[in-house]
Amino acid sequence: MATRDEIADAIAGMAIFVDLARPQLMGVASRFEEAFFPKDARVLRQGLTGSGFYVILEGEADVVADGMKRATLARGEFFGEVSVLLGEPPIADVVATRPLRCIVLGGPDVESFLVDHPRVMYRMLQAQARRLSAANRRFAQT
Amino acid sequence: MTDTAQPYPPGEYPIVVVGSGPGALQTSYFLGRRGIEHAVISADSGPGGMFRKWPFFQRLLSWTKPYAPAEKTSRAFERWDWNSLLAREPELRSLAAEFMDGSSDFPSRPEMEAQLTAFADRAGLQIRYGCRWEATRREETADGDRFILTTSDGEYRCRYAIFAVGVAEPWNPPTPGIELAVHYADTRAAESYAGKRLFIIGKQNSGFELATGLLQWASRISLASPKPAKTSIETRSLVGVRARYVQPFEDSILGGGVDILAASIKGISRSSSGALLVELERSDNAMPMHVEADEVISATGFVCPLRDLPALGVATFGQSKLPAQTDFWESASVPGIFFAGTIGQGAAGLKKHGIPANSGAVQGSRYNARVLVREIAERHFGIEMDRPEIKIGDLRDYLLAEATYAPELWHQKAYLASVVSLDPDTGVRDEGIMPLTRFLDGGGPDAVAMTVESDGATIYPVVYTRFDGKTEEYPLEVDPLNDFDGLPYKRALGTILNRVTAGASAA
Repeated sequence: MATRDEIADAIAGMAIFVDLARPQLMGVASRFEEAFFPKDARVLRQGLTGSGFYVILEGEADVVADGMKRATLARGEFFGEVSVLLGEPPIADVVATRPLRCIVLGGPDVESFLVDHPRVMYRMLQAQARRLSAANRRFAQT
Repeated sequence: MTDTAQPYPPGEYPIVVVGSGPGALQTSYFLGRRGIEHAVISADSGPGGMFRKWPFFQRLLSWTKPYAPAEKTSRAFERWDWNSLLAREPELRSLAAEFMDGSSDFPSRPEMEAQLTAFADRAGLQIRYGCRWEATRREETADGDRFILTTSDGEYRCRYAIFAVGVAEPWNPPTPGIELAVHYADTRAAESYAGKRLFIIGKQNSGFELATGLLQWASRISLASPKPAKTSIETRSLVGVRARYVQPFEDSILGGGVDILAASIKGISRSSSGALLVELERSDNAMPMHVEADEVISATGFVCPLRDLPALGVATFGQSKLPAQTDFWESASVPGIFFAGTIGQGAAGLKKHGIPANSGAVQGSRYNARVLVREIAERHFGIEMDRPEIKIGDLRDYLLAEATYAPELWHQKAYLASVVSLDPDTGVRDEGIMPLTRFLDGGGPDAVAMTVESDGATIYPVVYTRFDGKTEEYPLEVDPLNDFDGLPYKRALGTILNRVTAGASAA
């Protein structure tokens, strides 16, 4: 994976970018950077400032909070947005469980990106609403 | 045919270093000083790497300040000198300043090449020039794997290969008609663009370098890429167009014959009049537009000339096809293959607040090379580095002095850390400089690390502690003069250290 065209191809079917036409996908590909993490590498670190917003292109990662695995993330899923939006350190580690390719946007660039791409912001909000709903259901069952 | 007058004839060596730019010179220097046998081969005819040819307008982006507030041969001076290689011997230090004529704090390309050549000569570095690495394979032996590097002079066998071959292979996007453009690498003499309408693809430093140098020659200059251009002053980091190249911005703002366009290039064709027609799609509204030009230059960057390493299993990523690397610049997918020099930016580190390390430049990669060689020496050759004891009562001031003066921390912000271990069995020990990610993820005894970091607005020191296996981060305050060893810092760091030294008078 390398060029903007290839990244635009890779993200075209992802839920968070599903509303974007090809020129906008190319714009996303030019604003994000590609990053690679070997198996077992930590991508996000619980409690550490300055992280970014990641979207997985290939591979898998575990969300681990206080040593407990909370979720597994795969292609098309994203992470890091909560700490960027709140300006707080992440509350969990994200650890590559297989070689992991992502696109990443540095924290300071996330706000302007979302404002420029309201449909991405809407899809992100929708995903967050689903996560909140699932958490509420789990809470109600306990 | 083997040239017997040259060093390192084909054969088996513990390590083979490929390249003769700053990364290879620095790596060979430290390998040699640690007594590790190695060969250095290079396709070039002399040292210097990219500085034998570029930057095109013959003036670097990186400064050296000869009258900086530190002795030229001191470690502290390195903070003010982005261009010299590192050495233990005082006579080999800060060579960039020695070769500069005083006309600028940015060395000219010939001055840079001359100081690198002098470093290689004075340090006694041996390099086999004119020896082109052509192919690579791996063989299993009873004594462990060997890499076999096929070269124009014959085969080299080694346990470990270090590639310092730069990010130097011109890259063009697959745009229809791109063959009508010339790459930055093939830009002609400036005067040949006199009176021409020039279209430059790309708005990175190379594009703006050409625009700046050709302002007085071209009749009109257009630069285009999808993203809006930002200067390093706006990003408050080395991301973005450097301040040296802002004149085209001003000309654009004032309507002075420069257009800076946020648009993607859809194609290039030749019109019936003989002019080149560049078809564009605007980034703001996806509307088409076109620009007519006499010349199109593609300043779209370079990729790593990794030859067949990807076929060997070396994973790559990004537009520059950088090899994916571990914290210590080893291929993440093929152990035993290491990278030095500008390719080391493939080990990206934390990129806190979106700001990258300076591994793509000499002022960052020279420290990476020293850390890399230390790691190879300890892990593979059983050569342990000294870990001097620090008196517990001196720990606080030691760390604050590192934050204020250590060039490694200033050039590799949030990337390299100065580390002190606090193991009860061995005492308080200076562990030297190591990648911050290794400190955070590598485990080990109780320890403290100091870094210098930036959030894109301010620069400040950050203390990391590892205590009972748990790491914590403590950003310290900003100082308007970047002087981090005053009383407020002593108090703040003293409080932090008391937590990890059980109050053993570290404060």
